[in-house]
Amino acid sequence: MADEVTVNIRLESAIVYARQKGRELAAELGFSQSELTIIATAISELARNIVDYAGNGQIIMQLIEKDGQKGIMIKAQDNGPGIPDIELAMQDGYSTGNSLGLGLPGTKRLMDEFEIDSKVGQGTTVTVIKWKRNDINFKI
Amino acid sequence: MKVPILKQGDYLIASVQSVLSDSDLSLLRDEIAERVGRYRSRGVIIDVTALDVIDSYAARTLKNIAQITKLRGAETVIAGIQPEVAFSMVQLGLTLDGVATALDLEEGLICLDKLTKGMINKNGG
Repeated sequence: MADEVTVNIRLESAIVYARQKGRELAAELGFSQSELTIIATAISELARNIVDYAGNGQIIMQLIEKDGQKGIMIKAQDNGPGIPDIELAMQDGYSTGNSLGLGLPGTKRLMDEFEIDSKVGQGTTVTVIKWKRNDINFKI
Repeated sequence: MKVPILKQGDYLIASVQSVLSDSDLSLLRDEIAERVGRYRSRGVIIDVTALDVIDSYAARTLKNIAQITKLRGAETVIAGIQPEVAFSMVQLGLTLDGVATALDLEEGLICLDKLTKGMINKNGG
């Protein structure tokens, strides 16, 4: 049972592959169907950002454990142009490309933890975590 | 073409059978726009029951298809969005404002009948 998967993102077709791999990995932790869909959707948005803005990069997905809590951490990294104004990029509806501008703020809403690190001219790394709810009766 | 598009009377039914990449979605959009004219269709149903994820690109493309077919004189209904997919869409901030939706294909047909009622028959019948 692998607890880490890396998918290289270069072509648009890798978006679907990355979210399928992420769903498989998260399923090992027993996430609900709703949570798996949320995780897959977040991966899709992060991977698309790489394709649209950086050209290529990686999605690294890892099962993690902290203080007895299990979860999946997804790291999207690229060596693209970077984001000059992160605050602006985190606003709903803001986009420099031809998109709805919901990618980053939307992904933050989907996940439990969200961190972004970007340097202009060097690249961007977005790290998100979804924790597995301990309550077995937890439903969306 | 990854998504079969069936002609049924005045309607086109596009049944998504598997997960779709961005380019598959764009191809579906172009195919529907062309076939609405070729078959003089009055309505289109896109059955998305099999879609595992509707992210921002998919939502935007579905919206575009509805707008394009409208400009071509036909109505569109999106049918079969799964509950967990709907939940993720809401969290992400995606809506399909202005696009008709239905629970499944059966409801979609009923919806399309209502939407196209009184519409001029383009086939001259």
